[in-house]
Amino acid sequence: MTANTRPADALRADDAPAVAPASPGLKKVGGVAGWIDDRTGAAKGVGYLMKKVFPDHWSFMLGEIAMYSMIVCMLTGVFLTFWFDPSMAHTTYEGSYAPLQGVEMSRAYASTLDISFDVKGGLLIRQIHHWSALLFIVALSVHMLRVFFTGAFRKPRELNWIIGCVLSLLALVEGFAGYSLPDDLLSGTGLRAAQGFMVAAPVIGSYLSYGLFGGTFPGDDIIPRLYSVHILLLPALLIALFTVHIVLVALQKHTQYPGPGKTNDNVVGFPVMPVYAAKAGGFFFIVFGGIALISALVQINAVWVHGPYEPNATTAGAQPDWYMGFPDGALRLLPGFMEFETFGFTWAFPVIIGALLVIPAFYGGMMAYPFIEAWVTGDKREHHLLDRPRNVPTRTALGMAALTLYGVLMFAASNDIIAIKFGMSINDITWILRVLTFVGPVIAFWATKRICLSLQRHDRDLVLHGRETGRLERGAAGDFHEVHEPVDEQTRWTLVQHEETPPLELTSTVDANGVANKKGARKNKLRAKLHSFYFDGAVEPVSPAELEAAHHEHGHEAIESGDKISTH
Amino acid sequence: MSEHTPTGAQPEEPIGSEPVRLDQGHVQGSGGIPERFANPGLPPHVLRNADLDDKAAKRAEGQVAILFILSILGTVLFLVAYFMVDVRTQVWVPFTNEMSLSNLLLGLGLAFSLLGIGLGAVHWAKTLMPDTEVVEMRHPMRSSDEDRQGFVDTMLEGGESSQLTRRPLLKATFGAAMGLFALPLLIQLGGSMGPLPRNDLSVTFWNGEKGKDGKYVPKKLRLHRDPEDTPIKPSDVTIGSVFHIQPEGLLELHDDILNEMSKASVLLMRLNPTDFQETDKGRKAREWGYEGIVAYSKVCTHVGCPVGLYEQTTHHLLCPCHQSTFDVTNDCEVIFGPAGHPLPQLKIGVDSEGYLIAEQPFQEPVGPSFWERG
Repeated sequence: MTANTRPADALRADDAPAVAPASPGLKKVGGVAGWIDDRTGAAKGVGYLMKKVFPDHWSFMLGEIAMYSMIVCMLTGVFLTFWFDPSMAHTTYEGSYAPLQGVEMSRAYASTLDISFDVKGGLLIRQIHHWSALLFIVALSVHMLRVFFTGAFRKPRELNWIIGCVLSLLALVEGFAGYSLPDDLLSGTGLRAAQGFMVAAPVIGSYLSYGLFGGTFPGDDIIPRLYSVHILLLPALLIALFTVHIVLVALQKHTQYPGPGKTNDNVVGFPVMPVYAAKAGGFFFIVFGGIALISALVQINAVWVHGPYEPNATTAGAQPDWYMGFPDGALRLLPGFMEFETFGFTWAFPVIIGALLVIPAFYGGMMAYPFIEAWVTGDKREHHLLDRPRNVPTRTALGMAALTLYGVLMFAASNDIIAIKFGMSINDITWILRVLTFVGPVIAFWATKRICLSLQRHDRDLVLHGRETGRLERGAAGDFHEVHEPVDEQTRWTLVQHEETPPLELTSTVDANGVANKKGARKNKLRAKLHSFYFDGAVEPVSPAELEAAHHEHGHEAIESGDKISTH
Repeated sequence: MSEHTPTGAQPEEPIGSEPVRLDQGHVQGSGGIPERFANPGLPPHVLRNADLDDKAAKRAEGQVAILFILSILGTVLFLVAYFMVDVRTQVWVPFTNEMSLSNLLLGLGLAFSLLGIGLGAVHWAKTLMPDTEVVEMRHPMRSSDEDRQGFVDTMLEGGESSQLTRRPLLKATFGAAMGLFALPLLIQLGGSMGPLPRNDLSVTFWNGEKGKDGKYVPKKLRLHRDPEDTPIKPSDVTIGSVFHIQPEGLLELHDDILNEMSKASVLLMRLNPTDFQETDKGRKAREWGYEGIVAYSKVCTHVGCPVGLYEQTTHHLLCPCHQSTFDVTNDCEVIFGPAGHPLPQLKIGVDSEGYLIAEQPFQEPVGPSFWERG
């Protein structure tokens, strides 16, 4: 390029060339974005969010599945409101499902049948709604297990753990309200039992029931009331809490699994734009598509099979949706002799415990756990690196014990089905499950703890002695030994990065004036006991010195075979 | 790699003490070995096929495009199914039996439409978008000490300048007003939800009509078959049979039928009079019956499900909801399961025309236990 070919208004010779003009499409986007930014100033914040880094791991998708299935559920729920009539007024069915033509039923049930048989695609939307509700609760439950077993609930995430617990609890109630709406025999039976739970509450029981049902069971009010709870009150709470949940995740930045290059002070992963926009955005479509596929192929809650609700009709094998299984199982296991009277008032403990206390007890325990653990371990630091479950044997074992209890109760809710399928006595099954309620969690705790400790020892073995290659070598003296290959630096780091057992630091039991504080001493004693329970049998990570010693132990082979270490 | 470096020790900054020299006598040391391993940093980046080979990248592009086309085809399938398939057509599908053809095709169309987009986008991200890790630093969640102090100062100053702290009268009245203002709303909601239960849980349709004075006019109601709504004679009730019973008049109700049914439903069974146990309960059960015919509330005393299963050979009643088991030969006492007390018995007899009647209403509340049940 020569000086005279350059026009006067062009760049100086040493200037950078002008940027190639953006494509017309991009210009348009820029124009709209500019219009919005002129009025909101959002470019900076959104630009920051688009560059935000998220770590990659399959288990981080569990919460995503929960989020997406909730969105699918709300979307299809809005569709259903256009056809569903939440009324308990009597009507005679005249729709196209022949077996029920001419049958007296509520408008709620009749409109559910219309959605299933007369609205084009209505059945599909109903099935997607129910399947996504089930998937929502499955996914959020497994997501909670992931968070628990990896210690992601620790500071600074205790608040978000509690919000998550509340979300999960609300989801249960939302689900229950939802499957009570169609007013078919199964949903009415569920409501009948729910009324039985309410009246069992000491002192306020019958008032509670008459208030919620607007009088005698079933009355005319319960379905319209559950409807406004189901489509207005609870969705609003779910969306509000879920938004806080997500904002906190972004604020606190996502946790990550320990590994090479990952520290408590960084996040290693991929930016939202373009990788996560494509992966997470695409994943929404996969979840939605998966639910649509199941809903196309597998029938769920065929409300037309059992007919309308009648208080004196029943069907064997009636069960709630899976997530209400654990309180229902507890109801089946609690023996009737626990009911008694004092001064003419009834304590219906089989119902009070099973229906009114089991759920609060489970959730109370979950919400309290982060604080109890922090108190016992004395750990007040921020944690952004997850624990490998094996490295925290007692927490993992406690979690498995609770999960086992949950599982036993959930199985108990199917005791009649099990009895029929396996040709067993229902009384025997109930007794076995009653015993397992107490014995199961203890066995699970013990077994899990042993497995964790063994896995930790295996990790140590791997670091100290390397990987068994399965290759035999013949020594100079004619002996045979297997060649062990040391693990590489990156793999090793994952196995040795966790912390050693912290010493117990007790607070002083003597106050500023030198007076002994008895309450403080008792508290210290309890803490010391729990601390030693928590860290009992701890296996420490391999230290460089130990590895060095292991090398020396193997002596000459280690040196002679270069970076290969062999055992005798 | 030399003998000593595999331990991950970083020789340039030994954490332990200095290496021990042999001429120093007894000196405690770790020989320069650190106490903990050091984080080795990110492993080397591994390039994907599509990063190295243009052909592989082209192939990936093609796969993504096919998935997007699959999505478009799914949408077309949905539209065709929506407009062409009658909603009532049934089709047989392996493993799932009869199902609505419309539901099947609409669902498959929607599923392909969505899965195509989702799988395409993810495949695109995994094969063609950058896969080099990015590191972002974290910062402690807490605000700086100055910011915290600033917040506390602002709040305290606000409290001070509003004079809240200096005026106890304002503090007390404002606090009380704030504490009480929600009460009207709560009272409105709680107070208007439903009527008080009064004795409603303790009476049933068998008690007869409620008089103007609030007392029930006793009437010996006939036992009617449900759903036929016909009276029943003892000769109709053969040994081993079981009948669903409602009080006469209940099945003619319209508005309140379900409410009354939920309390008044009765099961009628005939046993051989010698089948009853020779206990006080067994004798009472036989006496309240008629020639071995006995009537019991069908509403489970656990949480109110209908006790629907009758085992003829053992004379046990089983509730299908939570498996409470009642022994009819011993006044329906609970022999298994979570129910806390027996099913209430309805005393029956025969009227002048030979039909079964209730001699008296239930003598205790039916259905699930409640606090005031007593």
